[in-house]
Amino acid sequence: MTAPSATSANASIEMPLKRQLKRVERARQFKALGLILPLLVFLLFTFAGPIAGMLWRSVEDRDVRQVLPHTIAALAGWDGKNLPDEEAFAALVSDIQAARAAGTLAVAAKRLNYALNGFRTILTSTGRNLKGAPERGTAKETLTRINPAWRERATWTAIRDAGGPVTSFYLLAALDLVRNADGAIVSAPPDQAIYRNVFARTFLISLSVTVLCLILGFPVAYLLATLPPARSNLLMIFVLLPFWTSLLVRTCAWIVLLQSKGVVNDSLHWLGIIDEPLRLIYNRFGVCVAMTHVLLPFMILPLYSSMKAISPAYMRAAASLGAPPVTAFLRIYLPQTLPGIGAGSLLVFILALGYYITPALVGGAADQMISYFIALYTTETANWGLASALGAVLLLATVLLALVYGKLVQGQQVTGGMKN
Amino acid sequence: MLKRKIGKIALGLAAALSAGAALASAAQARDLTVVSWGGAYQEAQKKVYFEPFKKASGLPMNDESWDGGVGVLRAKVQGGAATWDVVQVESDELAVGCEEGLFEKLDYSKIGGEAAYIPPAVNPCGVGAILYDFVLGYDKDKLKDAPKGWADFFDTKKIPGKRALRQGPKTTLEIALMADGVAPNDVYKVLATDEGIDRAFKKLDSIKGDIVWWKAGAQPPQLLASGEVAMTSVYNGRIDTANKNEKKNFGMVWDGALFTIDSWVILKGSPNKDAAYKFLDFVGKAENQSKLSENIAYGTSNKDAAGRLAPAVLKDLPTAPDNIKNAVEINVGFWLENIDRLTERFNKWAAK
Repeated sequence: MTAPSATSANASIEMPLKRQLKRVERARQFKALGLILPLLVFLLFTFAGPIAGMLWRSVEDRDVRQVLPHTIAALAGWDGKNLPDEEAFAALVSDIQAARAAGTLAVAAKRLNYALNGFRTILTSTGRNLKGAPERGTAKETLTRINPAWRERATWTAIRDAGGPVTSFYLLAALDLVRNADGAIVSAPPDQAIYRNVFARTFLISLSVTVLCLILGFPVAYLLATLPPARSNLLMIFVLLPFWTSLLVRTCAWIVLLQSKGVVNDSLHWLGIIDEPLRLIYNRFGVCVAMTHVLLPFMILPLYSSMKAISPAYMRAAASLGAPPVTAFLRIYLPQTLPGIGAGSLLVFILALGYYITPALVGGAADQMISYFIALYTTETANWGLASALGAVLLLATVLLALVYGKLVQGQQVTGGMKN
Repeated sequence: MLKRKIGKIALGLAAALSAGAALASAAQARDLTVVSWGGAYQEAQKKVYFEPFKKASGLPMNDESWDGGVGVLRAKVQGGAATWDVVQVESDELAVGCEEGLFEKLDYSKIGGEAAYIPPAVNPCGVGAILYDFVLGYDKDKLKDAPKGWADFFDTKKIPGKRALRQGPKTTLEIALMADGVAPNDVYKVLATDEGIDRAFKKLDSIKGDIVWWKAGAQPPQLLASGEVAMTSVYNGRIDTANKNEKKNFGMVWDGALFTIDSWVILKGSPNKDAAYKFLDFVGKAENQSKLSENIAYGTSNKDAAGRLAPAVLKDLPTAPDNIKNAVEINVGFWLENIDRLTERFNKWAAK
């Protein structure tokens, strides 16, 4: 027997085997797919569909095009340097009159008002005052007489830029950016530039809450994982209790505890520790406390499950090899809990990002998170473009974070620190 | 074989679809559904409007509650599955929804004619239901000398303690200007200028650290009761309810109050239009409206409703001549134009 012949024989057997394996594997995958198909369809309809709809709404811009079609067409060739020509004015007159008859003028007015404050009035008053069709060639005169705003270049660029059918307007606004008259992207005016700050605030609050949950949750999870079952089950009930209470009730309980004549301040006052009540609520402190309380179980449970799986023999082995308790904990125990820490932190962080009720009730005006603004624009002012754009930015940021987390965790196979 | 299977599946699908269509048409034939604001107000409405209407007309009806927002109505109507018929809306929802075509144009001949209602309550898309105020509220048990108006609200030396205002620019900027000495009638004139807006924010700056921001109408009475704030802006009906039902001793300042009107609308495409008109006609009658004011301190829209009330009831209503004398109507047009911009500016200011 020579070595080469042996290997070639091996290879000839291996190929069909590989193919067979592949076939079996594929059949298994199809079966698996068949099993999860109902769930997949359900998710597509209830989750992916609406999200795609939201993303689409953040760039969709068809209102003005539908209401003022001739004007948009007439402005297509306009260079934007001087006022548009008579033709564009005439197109606008006929569009406004048609829209007024159809009752759709307000839709365009609403959209144009986002781009140029006051446009609602310009358009509605122009519509009210246009009596009959002006003489040929006098549309410009007529319009500028009704409202001097039609003499401004900015009025016309606003119409042109809202021509759609897709726009970057809302997404830029969600990042405090606007296009100026020349089409260059510049920072929004300082009075309107708030969203970067709100996003930063949202991430900062979420991060603080995650860190607080980890600091408070780690020892509790350790206790739960190491106590005898009878006692740890009792403690587990205390951990799960918040899960069974309504979020609103828990938030209101914090208001009762933390308000200036609340339980905490009264107790401190009675003990003589303070003279003036501390401000514990309607500020950042209150938001962090209440949110930490609400989200704590989401940190404890993943930690507990990862700690349950760690055999006490490891720590005993480390001790018998002469490791001091701190070293044993840092080198042996902590690395094994990393998956639990990662899962818990990511869960808490992402849940915190979307929090709405708690900051709304226990926060001040400067503690409102991004979800507050999304809700405001969705329900109150019905500016769905901006609401969708804010949602899209939040979604993107969250997905990026999850990806980074995935990359970080991937290298961290649970080896009990043996690799390093 | 496979073909036959596909045929079967198609048949099944068709059956499912037609069943769905049947269900949908069954849903069309639902009872009249009226939607209002919930809480003590809806309890009063149940007592004096909904139950008597069911008895008088013999028509079945349901009532639900909601928290407002024109986005909600838009989703209902455009989604094509509106489960509501008659909804009570605020003035800005009325204006925007009317522009967007979310409401039926009302035929006033079916609800007693336009002349039966006070002029500000008449709108092509809706008919006024109640008139109510944002007033300055305080706890008489805790404040020795009662505040006289918004100027005192901003005077932390004269009356120490925190204040509560509604979060957002609406009502807040008007209040700040009145506190700064602008006459109620001139508020929107001043607010229409950039200097006026700067002036309002500057006034707010003076007590920024002492303001607690509330978001829901139920919060101000709670903030007063717990002693968290010395004074607050509040819906007048909430103060009245707290005094009646919880034996509180809250006071109100009518001077410089901001009033607004809520209206009933019929959602576009409602399958129960006839029943909806019957309902609106019933709740538009003076004898029914006066009963509402006896139960909760809101003014109503029928011209003759106030005349049927005892003087003791009338004196606590926003529509009483003395109370409305120095009140200003919240300007819907102004806020439609500026709400997005000023909300951004307000939050910028708050974050500083």
